[in-house]
Amino acid sequence: MAIPLSQIVFIEEQAAGIGKSAKIVVHLHPAPPNKEPGPFQSSKNSYIKLSFKEHGQIEFYRRLSEEMTQRRWENMPVSQALPTNRGPQPGRIRAVGIVGIERKLEEKRKETDKNISEEDLSKLMVKAKEMVELSKSIANKIKDKQGDITEDETIRFKSYLLSMGIANPVTRETCGSGTQYHMQLAKQLAGILQAPLEERGGIMSLTEVYCLVNRARGMELLSPEDLVNACKMLEALQLPLRLRVFDSGVMVIELQSHKEEEMVASALETVSEKGSLTSEEFAKLVGMSVLLAKERLLLAEKMGHLCRDDSVEGLRFYPNLFMTQS
Amino acid sequence: MHRRGVGAGAIAKKKLAEAKYKERGTVLAEDQLAQMSKQLDMFKTNLEEFASKHKQEIRKNPEFRVQFQDMCATIGVDPLASGKGFWSEMLGVGDFYYELGVQIIEVCLALKHRNGGLITLEELHQQVKRRGKFAQDVSQDDLIRAIKKLKALGTGFGIIPVGGTYLIQSVPAELNMDHTVVLQLAEKNGYVTVSDIKASLKWETERSRQVLEHLLKEGLAWLDLQAPGEAHYWLPALFTDLYSQEITAEEAREALP
Repeated sequence: MAIPLSQIVFIEEQAAGIGKSAKIVVHLHPAPPNKEPGPFQSSKNSYIKLSFKEHGQIEFYRRLSEEMTQRRWENMPVSQALPTNRGPQPGRIRAVGIVGIERKLEEKRKETDKNISEEDLSKLMVKAKEMVELSKSIANKIKDKQGDITEDETIRFKSYLLSMGIANPVTRETCGSGTQYHMQLAKQLAGILQAPLEERGGIMSLTEVYCLVNRARGMELLSPEDLVNACKMLEALQLPLRLRVFDSGVMVIELQSHKEEEMVASALETVSEKGSLTSEEFAKLVGMSVLLAKERLLLAEKMGHLCRDDSVEGLRFYPNLFMTQS
Repeated sequence: MHRRGVGAGAIAKKKLAEAKYKERGTVLAEDQLAQMSKQLDMFKTNLEEFASKHKQEIRKNPEFRVQFQDMCATIGVDPLASGKGFWSEMLGVGDFYYELGVQIIEVCLALKHRNGGLITLEELHQQVKRRGKFAQDVSQDDLIRAIKKLKALGTGFGIIPVGGTYLIQSVPAELNMDHTVVLQLAEKNGYVTVSDIKASLKWETERSRQVLEHLLKEGLAWLDLQAPGEAHYWLPALFTDLYSQEITAEEAREALP
């Protein structure tokens, strides 16, 4: 696809904008009657626009302007046909030259960009560091004057730390609990999780909750720490859910109405019926995740209802006959 | 007799002095908080400016992301601590890593029955990329950072260095130093024997056997009694052949709670 340069009246640049790429507008003479067949036979416009998605427009404009100035086609025999898709020609070597220059410019641009990015980043970090220093200084003042800072001020301070992602210098927790944000989040969670919890027998691991909540949100996702900090406030805010941490470190959310210890009694029944069960078998029977099934069986063991047989074939739980047959 | 420091008058005076001191203390804190509030606003502006120029680059360029994260760590800032933080809100780094966290959890859950909850960083990387939920490049560094954040959820995410790479643990199986060392030993061939352990680590037979039994119990190792010579303990997490296997529809269903 080609247009002879002799068709060009003049060219102008159009700068890139938001959502628009940089363009060069090429104004053309009316098409001659012996025009080669092309994508369009005619057009109501007397110009075409060349769109440069990433770069290249500067060099292209420069080159084209040069050609427009030199007008070398006026010195060529008129009858020369327009070469279309022929093999390597003198014209082609020129193109390689342009591509070579383009590539060099591109590399240079990338280097400059990289340096600018790094410089901007460093400058930003210097400012962020100032915030860290300031927060340390405030924290020290708080420590020294134990109790002389109002609760209001403490909450404000914590929310500033949250915004900056600075660990609370007093408690060492990042952002800590007790900010307004986490309180609101806790209330939201109570609303969102009620139904899912009921569907799952009243208990879910924090990992499940993390996935469920974030999948539902789609954007403005919660960080794991956000979730944990919000859940830590559930009980204090007297919401119908609570956070529970098992001995193994596994963290779950339970409905307040859920009594894991009572579930243990029914777990004992299930195990007794089957003689013995592994966590996987129990999980399948009851329709729970293996993780939570294991925690329930471990709790039952802790309460003395079950005892274990730990072999290479897996961990198997039996009713604790030592207890029942005394 | 007129004793100093005693009596209602003295007590009242003391209280007044204390109150004044408290007031001064409060004023001091108030001053600094006001200053911090102002500086915070300024910083937010700076960050907005930075974001307008470089937000895309952070999203697209894993190396720039690493630079960014490292600098934050150096000055004592955690840009991923909260979705409500400025960094997350303005640079969008939060959503990227928290979504990655969800993907990692799902992949690990889906493959748990195959590998017992232990997976190499390479395989995890491939599986996450395969899911195609990210338009941009996800690097192994990104995965590690996301996993470190997931630890807060308490369900046993761990990162175990082995032979130049990492094994990612996604179940709360107890793995102490002995287990970790044996895993590292197994990394070379995908399996390990009691003799291997005794030769490399100079342990007694009993200690070697106990470690291997524990790995079997936790479902991290498979026992091969038909191997030539002695029993081989294979670690499915290290089977490179499994990398090419996609997560089946059934496995995916198992993974969704």
